[in-house]
Amino acid sequence: MTEHTVKAYEGELTLLDKKIAQMGGLAESILGQAFDALERRDPRLAEVAVQSDKAIDTLEREIEDMAISMIARRQPMANDLRHIMAALHITRDLERIGDHAKNMAKRALAIASEPYPKPLVSGLRHMVEQALRQLKDVLDAYAERNADMAVAVWRADEQIDAMYNSVFRELLTYMMEDPRNIGLCTHLLFGAKNLERIGDHTTNIAETVYYLVHGVPLTDDRPKGDNTSSTLISSERDN
Amino acid sequence: MDMTAPLEAREGQARSMTGSKAVRAEVRNLNFFYGNNQALKNINLPIVDRRVTALIGPSGCGKSTLLRCFNRMHDLYPGNRYEGEIRLMPENINIISKDIDPLHVRLRIGMVFQKPNPFPKSIYENVAAGLWVRGIRQKSLVDERVELALTQAALWNEVKDRLKKSAYDLSGGQQQRLCIARALAPDPEILLLDEPTSALDPIATAKIEELIDEIGSTVTVVIVTHNMQQAARISNYAGFMHLGSLVEYNDTAHIFTNPSDQRTQDYITGRFG
Repeated sequence: MTEHTVKAYEGELTLLDKKIAQMGGLAESILGQAFDALERRDPRLAEVAVQSDKAIDTLEREIEDMAISMIARRQPMANDLRHIMAALHITRDLERIGDHAKNMAKRALAIASEPYPKPLVSGLRHMVEQALRQLKDVLDAYAERNADMAVAVWRADEQIDAMYNSVFRELLTYMMEDPRNIGLCTHLLFGAKNLERIGDHTTNIAETVYYLVHGVPLTDDRPKGDNTSSTLISSERDN
Repeated sequence: MDMTAPLEAREGQARSMTGSKAVRAEVRNLNFFYGNNQALKNINLPIVDRRVTALIGPSGCGKSTLLRCFNRMHDLYPGNRYEGEIRLMPENINIISKDIDPLHVRLRIGMVFQKPNPFPKSIYENVAAGLWVRGIRQKSLVDERVELALTQAALWNEVKDRLKKSAYDLSGGQQQRLCIARALAPDPEILLLDEPTSALDPIATAKIEELIDEIGSTVTVVIVTHNMQQAARISNYAGFMHLGSLVEYNDTAHIFTNPSDQRTQDYITGRFG
């Protein structure tokens, strides 16, 4: 595609993308750190993750300021307008992803002194790996303006929802088996919920990328797999 | 419909025959030549009734040339040639046909130019001129129409106490609004605006955009502008032209948020050239 006649405009749009990439990279690393802190019961790492979220918040403000300034000064049209609006939406979603990752790290701080069984954590690990994959893919989709990749991410959120369902049931089972597990499991449950929400924000980003590329919203019904809100709690063991 | 019948007789008929999404005019396979130079190439374009249609494009694309076909201005110079049709509804007559007197076309289709050009007469006489030429002489009726036109042009309050003063006493922005009032007074079926605010300051421009907003649902407007943001603000439909051809035509919202043609997108985003 030809470049803008006014070079500074081109430069501003490129800088916007750079900052989104930076913000995305930070979100990925905080998520990784938060889970590692949880798995290894490492409160120092958890603290690092919590502090890193501040950098994400700063980037969000910078990106928002840049976008608003460009709208006022450049009167962007067509794909430029969609580009700037996409950046505004994505920065919000990335900020929320950062917050959820930070909250997961806080949970890690809360339960760092308690022992917990490997199987519980491995369920969560699969969720984190999938969430990280999705996040990386959607950020690549944005950078490459690849709508097909974005749609693939959008559809795959179902897997995270399915994992969340099974982690949810597992944690319920542990809690019902032994009330002493309730504290730990509740924190892990919230952690799992954070991951499920991260997956949802990632699909929001995917929808934004689709709109950016095609100029029309992604309208298919997304397969939604999280049915925990209707999961009955019974005293019999599920498995 | 008798083109020379009194204005009142024709206008009622025309109004009731066209609905709001109906087409007021249709350009069909229009080619235009300045001597040997082909300036318009096979243009096909609807002009939606009582909506604002904008023509945008880089210098030399043919947008003013196309506009001037509507009121047969090219007839004023030798060597110009039209091929194809511009059909005016509801009668479906081809107004660029040699059989149609350009004068009759100009009685129904008005134009406002980039540089304000009021007659060297009083404010009142400027607006009344179009009515007198059409045989409307009854003073009370003329007074009423002059006031209505000046009100539509958002000028009445500023000039109502000095209607006999010279039009040249007015500022540039006021003169332009006077020219619009002059064009509106005879109740034109189509109003052609050729870069009407290019020579005006931002406040005068805003007043005229407001005017176009107000009349845009009662008068059919075709506007040529090189200000894309203006086209985006005030038009309902837009056509992008390039090198004498119509590249893309659609709802304004569509053209400016998600154009179909890469050339349109390059132009409106400033990637041209």
